[in-house]
Amino acid sequence: MIIKGKAIKFGNNINTDVILPGKYLELIDPKELAKHAMAGIDPDFPDKVSDGAVLIGGKNFGCGSSREQAPIALKYSGVKCVLAEYFARIFFRNCINIGLPAIECENISKNIEEGDSISIDLEKGIIRNETQDKSFKTNPIPEFLMSILQKGGLIEYLKKGD
Amino acid sequence: MNIFEKILARASGKKIVEPNEIVEANIDMAMMHDLTGPLTIDSFRKIGVKKIWDPERIVTIFDHLVPANTIRAASLHKTIREFVEEQNIKNFYDIGHGGICHQVFHERGHARPGELIVGADSHTCTYGALGAFATGIGSTEMAAVLATGKMWFKVPKEIKIEVSGKFRNLVTPKDLILYVIGEIGEGGATYMGMEFVGEAIDEMSIDGRLTICNMAVEAGAKTGIVPADNKTNEYVKERTDRPFTLVKSDTDAVFEKIVNVDASYIVPQVACPSSVDNVKPASDIETEVNQVFIGSCTNGRMEDLRLAAKILKGKKIKPGVRMIVTPASQDIYTRAMKEGLLEIFVNCGGVVTNATCGPCLGGHLGLLASGEVCLATSNRNFIGRMGSPKSEVYLASPATAAASALAGKIIDPTLQ
Repeated sequence: MIIKGKAIKFGNNINTDVILPGKYLELIDPKELAKHAMAGIDPDFPDKVSDGAVLIGGKNFGCGSSREQAPIALKYSGVKCVLAEYFARIFFRNCINIGLPAIECENISKNIEEGDSISIDLEKGIIRNETQDKSFKTNPIPEFLMSILQKGGLIEYLKKGD
Repeated sequence: MNIFEKILARASGKKIVEPNEIVEANIDMAMMHDLTGPLTIDSFRKIGVKKIWDPERIVTIFDHLVPANTIRAASLHKTIREFVEEQNIKNFYDIGHGGICHQVFHERGHARPGELIVGADSHTCTYGALGAFATGIGSTEMAAVLATGKMWFKVPKEIKIEVSGKFRNLVTPKDLILYVIGEIGEGGATYMGMEFVGEAIDEMSIDGRLTICNMAVEAGAKTGIVPADNKTNEYVKERTDRPFTLVKSDTDAVFEKIVNVDASYIVPQVACPSSVDNVKPASDIETEVNQVFIGSCTNGRMEDLRLAAKILKGKKIKPGVRMIVTPASQDIYTRAMKEGLLEIFVNCGGVVTNATCGPCLGGHLGLLASGEVCLATSNRNFIGRMGSPKSEVYLASPATAAASALAGKIIDPTLQ
């Protein structure tokens, strides 16, 4: 699975309350949730990523509440993959479970600038910054998580696994 | 093995497990609430399984938007009620019958030492106070648990928090956990299990243990735990008929990290905007407050309300300050009423609400306007958490909150 997109960058400790503020948790339609992605920190975010983007986070990305609505809002706003130094664990699981690739890579935020063209080979665990002509190796996603991602998320995985 | 390894080994049918190993474990109990339930139900239907794995092991509690504040919230509640009936879920706590999920769950006997518990809410780690391995998950994962009763876990490394000494007067378990998070940082325990041990923990009440385990996730931990002792045994036995075993770390268990704290040196702590690890002594802060919130799954229990009432009794909160007090459950509400605590809160100028998550998540009451400041006994002070992205939240103990409501600014209750 190869993913391509322009980088949009955030700092450390981006929590799920800023990714999707609590007042939007009543919404169910993913497209409605997407309109409020990153509302707590960058209200213009959905416009910036609507053509497809790779989100770059720092340390502890997605900390806080277990709200799955946070990664859903990101996915449906146009984010194709989230790269971070490391994730808060519930957010990481939620991403994989809804079929949004989430990859940990040390020092990633130092090596990617906002707007850089990024391509990611999920199976090989290779991230390429095409703008800066640099490549990085990440820990490949464990096989069984990869198969969940390839099916498009945990629901599809369980459906076809029956 | 340490306590986390022992519980995961038992739940996955193995003799031994090691950190970073991935195991598939059988879930003992699962919990969902009114904001994560509808998405769970939607995902469950998509999986295509007709019946949930075990109606006795699912607990459903309404607490985030109760009573419903919008037609949308009412519809979410309706969806869950229909599911509960269809699936014959017995442990259902509707509006007026329960309160905050992280109080009701164990108060009604659904948490037992040594069990593996998951909940569709990040503060599920609270039940670690009773010696269980309890952790938060998302809605889709909960749907998979409803369908299969199983979930994969990466065995966590352990961070051990050893707390010696005795707390000073008006210094509380909340001050301890804020201090610890300030020391290790917001991501300081990411993916790890946090075990609390030592003299101060042995002496600590169940209410206090629930407070410290509740906030383990604020340091990124997978769960917090206090090994079960006689106090736990007594609390749980009164509430359940199911058998359980008290689990402890072996003496030769391996820990990734040990943090030593002397409780007698801790002074009242405050987490300043906008991260939980931005912790300072309360005496260093003189910020004026517009609102004080005493409640939440962190600090809305009897011990918390008694402490706040002791400070507020016969006094008036500073004019211009709003104070909201939220007992964590219907049971606590009733007990606080009988003890005369609610009367104290109302007489000093506070508002007492029904048992709900309420202001903590900026959902349906007590929201903040731009430029306003709230001192809360809850667990998160993120940007916009309680309302406007331009409002600010400080976190502290019920003692600090009550004393600050009287002063109209954040103060150290021990210096009054």
